[in-house]
Amino acid sequence: MAVFVQREAFEVDQHYDFLVRENPGAAVVTFTGYVRDHCGAGEVSALELEHYPGMTESVLANIGQQAQARFDLLAWRIVHRYGVLEVTDPIVWTGVVADHRGAAFEACEFVMDILKTDAPFWKREHLQSGTKQWVQARSLDAARRERW
Amino acid sequence: MLTIRFFSMIRESLDREEMTLDWDEGLVDINAVKQTLADTNGEHWREVLFQGNLLHALNQRVVRPEHSVADGDEIAFFPPMTGG
Repeated sequence: MAVFVQREAFEVDQHYDFLVRENPGAAVVTFTGYVRDHCGAGEVSALELEHYPGMTESVLANIGQQAQARFDLLAWRIVHRYGVLEVTDPIVWTGVVADHRGAAFEACEFVMDILKTDAPFWKREHLQSGTKQWVQARSLDAARRERW
Repeated sequence: MLTIRFFSMIRESLDREEMTLDWDEGLVDINAVKQTLADTNGEHWREVLFQGNLLHALNQRVVRPEHSVADGDEIAFFPPMTGG
């Protein structure tokens, strides 16, 4: 059970290894979110993430604990970067371990859906054209959060 | 004294990252804090701090603007989150 909020790049494999070693279970589901190379306004050259130090860590820990209680998780881990990221860099990684796949799938979705709307991160896209623009919150993300 | 923090578009729009506000009994809730900041800093601050989608955090938890505040609290203003 751990939260990592960091400027540095991270290795997905390393976190996966720690997760499954921490408390082996029958079902493991992970999600990795990467910086995409395009957006509605054009080609993206980098992605900047601002966050609220202190609040970010406590919100992510709370989301993990909620998921653990709700889906009876054996282990979970959430990693999220901030700062300036390059295209194709992993932004976020979530891994959950449960006894059954249904709970693991649901828990991973739960963590990501809540994280998208509740964790204090704000993205700004750097476009190839030189423009920088803040990413607007999407109603789709709010709707997905409402499911839980 | 209250600590006020601004993030993302709100920080940029107000050109302010953090500030303090002397404690006053009249600061009964976050709305009163926003009102004081707007009265002190002008119409642009009023537009930014009273825009519909603004989120408010009190001591690092998101709360409604009617939430009461106390001396020593940390208040933050920011737009909807876009992490993940």
